[in-house]
Amino acid sequence: MLEIKCPHCGKRSQNEFAYGGDATIKRPKLGEEVSTKDWDDFVYFRDNPRGKHQEFWHHVSGCRQWFKALRDTATHEIFNTAKLEEDL
Amino acid sequence: MQKYSVFSLIKNAFSDHQNWDLAWKDPQPKKEYDVIIIGGGGHGLATAYYLAKEHNITNVAVIEKGWIGGGNVGRNTTILRSNYMFDANAHFYELGMKLWENLSQELNYNVMYSPRGIINLAHTDGQLNAYARRGNSMRLNGIDAILLNREEVRKMIPFADFSETCRFPIVGGLMQPRGGTARHDAVAWGYARQADAMGVDIIQNCEVTGFDVENGKISGVRTSRGDIKAKKVGLCVAGSTTLLADKLNMRLPIEAHVLQACVSEPVKPLLHNVVTFGAGHFYCSQSDKGEMVMGGDLDGYNSYAQRGNLPMIQHVLSGGLAVFPNFSRLKMLRSWGGIMDMSMDGTPIIDKTHIDGVYLNCGWCYGGFKATPCSGFVFAHTIAKNEPHELNEPFNLERFHTGNILDEKGVGPKPWIG
Ligand SMILES: Cc1cc2nc3c(=O)[nH]c(=O)nc-3n(C[C@H](O)[C@H](O)[C@H](O)COP(=O)(O)OP(=O)(O)OC[C@H]3O[C@@H](n4cnc5c(N)ncnc54)[C@H](O)[C@@H]3O)c2cc1C
Ligand SMILES: [Zn+2]
Repeated sequence: MLEIKCPHCGKRSQNEFAYGGDATIKRPKLGEEVSTKDWDDFVYFRDNPRGKHQEFWHHVSGCRQWFKALRDTATHEIFNTAKLEEDL
Repeated sequence: MQKYSVFSLIKNAFSDHQNWDLAWKDPQPKKEYDVIIIGGGGHGLATAYYLAKEHNITNVAVIEKGWIGGGNVGRNTTILRSNYMFDANAHFYELGMKLWENLSQELNYNVMYSPRGIINLAHTDGQLNAYARRGNSMRLNGIDAILLNREEVRKMIPFADFSETCRFPIVGGLMQPRGGTARHDAVAWGYARQADAMGVDIIQNCEVTGFDVENGKISGVRTSRGDIKAKKVGLCVAGSTTLLADKLNMRLPIEAHVLQACVSEPVKPLLHNVVTFGAGHFYCSQSDKGEMVMGGDLDGYNSYAQRGNLPMIQHVLSGGLAVFPNFSRLKMLRSWGGIMDMSMDGTPIIDKTHIDGVYLNCGWCYGGFKATPCSGFVFAHTIAKNEPHELNEPFNLERFHTGNILDEKGVGPKPWIG
């Protein structure tokens, strides 16, 4: 069982959360010309590291806020969590 | 190579079974090979076998960092099927089914292919309509499919919850009678033994740590047991694909996720088919030893841990109890996990790469065991001819840029939801 620290509510069991994937990928800016390759990279391609991974989580059965976590994909250690507008 | 038969069994009984040949040798790596296959899982071993058998390329090494069969090929729940709707998938996996049917004879090794039928349960009229459509597509592609009504399903699994008031009443199902199971270890060992007999070197405890690329062309691999030259290199490393692709500067549409499975204590024969209860994220078959072999969803977040977490086991088993309430008193024997190479459209990638002589086989998600024979067959073709077989042409890497995505399930690029 993971224990995840929601930046708003504190430590809770993993059962309260939903996963949102890689938090480093950035949507190409709205209204600007975007190449097909940049768009495809955003939609489909991932770094997929073994080790530290920045990711989104959703405290879906709690405050319902999205936030970011820095977690090790091999050990599952969670180093840090942060609000969306904060840096990890 | 010694042929396995009832006669060789009797003959060896006289010497207390002490004189059987080793099933495969343990050679030192040579300085150079025509083809190096990285990864001694099902796909790597099958590829080496078909390179030797179909293309007469025998100066081949399979390089495995652990022991053969220690990866996903030894961790899966062994379901075989070709019940796909998209033509590209249907034709590819149907070649697999055809190869499974004759594999024990071909390999002279009992892979225990058991066409016991796979049943996908339906719980609403809408779902049954969707299954009818899928079944029709399958039949148009020459694949067996039967639409079952509630009573027909009840005859096959009378102990399932058929009450009117349950959350997901069973209204019918889609069945592929030729679908079933096979013995996973035997598949790895059978391919290894035959490949070895044709001259392939199977090198275990040897990790590939890097590549030598000159002017855009591969010249060899670096390993924990020294550098080895190669004219061609094929990657068959399943969940470790990104880790090696990184060393080739390839960013892939792949994420690593852990999938768990578990087995119960053995009980007398009860469940004769493979049953999937998608609504409850649960599927099950009974092994020949009598264990219930059960699985369900990914743990749900990127993972290279090769073992899972208990909340998902609990989730999967509570789904299981909803459909099979009589499983509630089964004791669990063990659970385990494997790292899935989840592709962003749920379909594999079998292709050449931007590096001359490097070939890629990955993206198997949770369904790569059934593809072991057909993947090896078309990957060997791709490597030998330096161009894809017609069956793996749709599984190219370019599709993520050309828009020819093969998202059979229609989930989109979020593998943890699938
Ligand atoms: C719990 C579970 C249930 C599953 N159920 C099913 C099912 O019912 N039906 C189905 O069709 N599929 C199923 N699958 C999926 C299937 O097991 C895989 O898709 C398939 O086995 C992957 O191909 P493989 O056998 O070649 O992989 P593997 O056996 O994982 O082979 C890859 C090999 O590469 C080696 N390797 C990695 N990195 C290196 C390196 N740097 N150097 C050398 N060697 C390296 C690894 O050690 C490993 O042995 C399941 C998987 C799991 C985990
Ligand atoms: Zn919260």
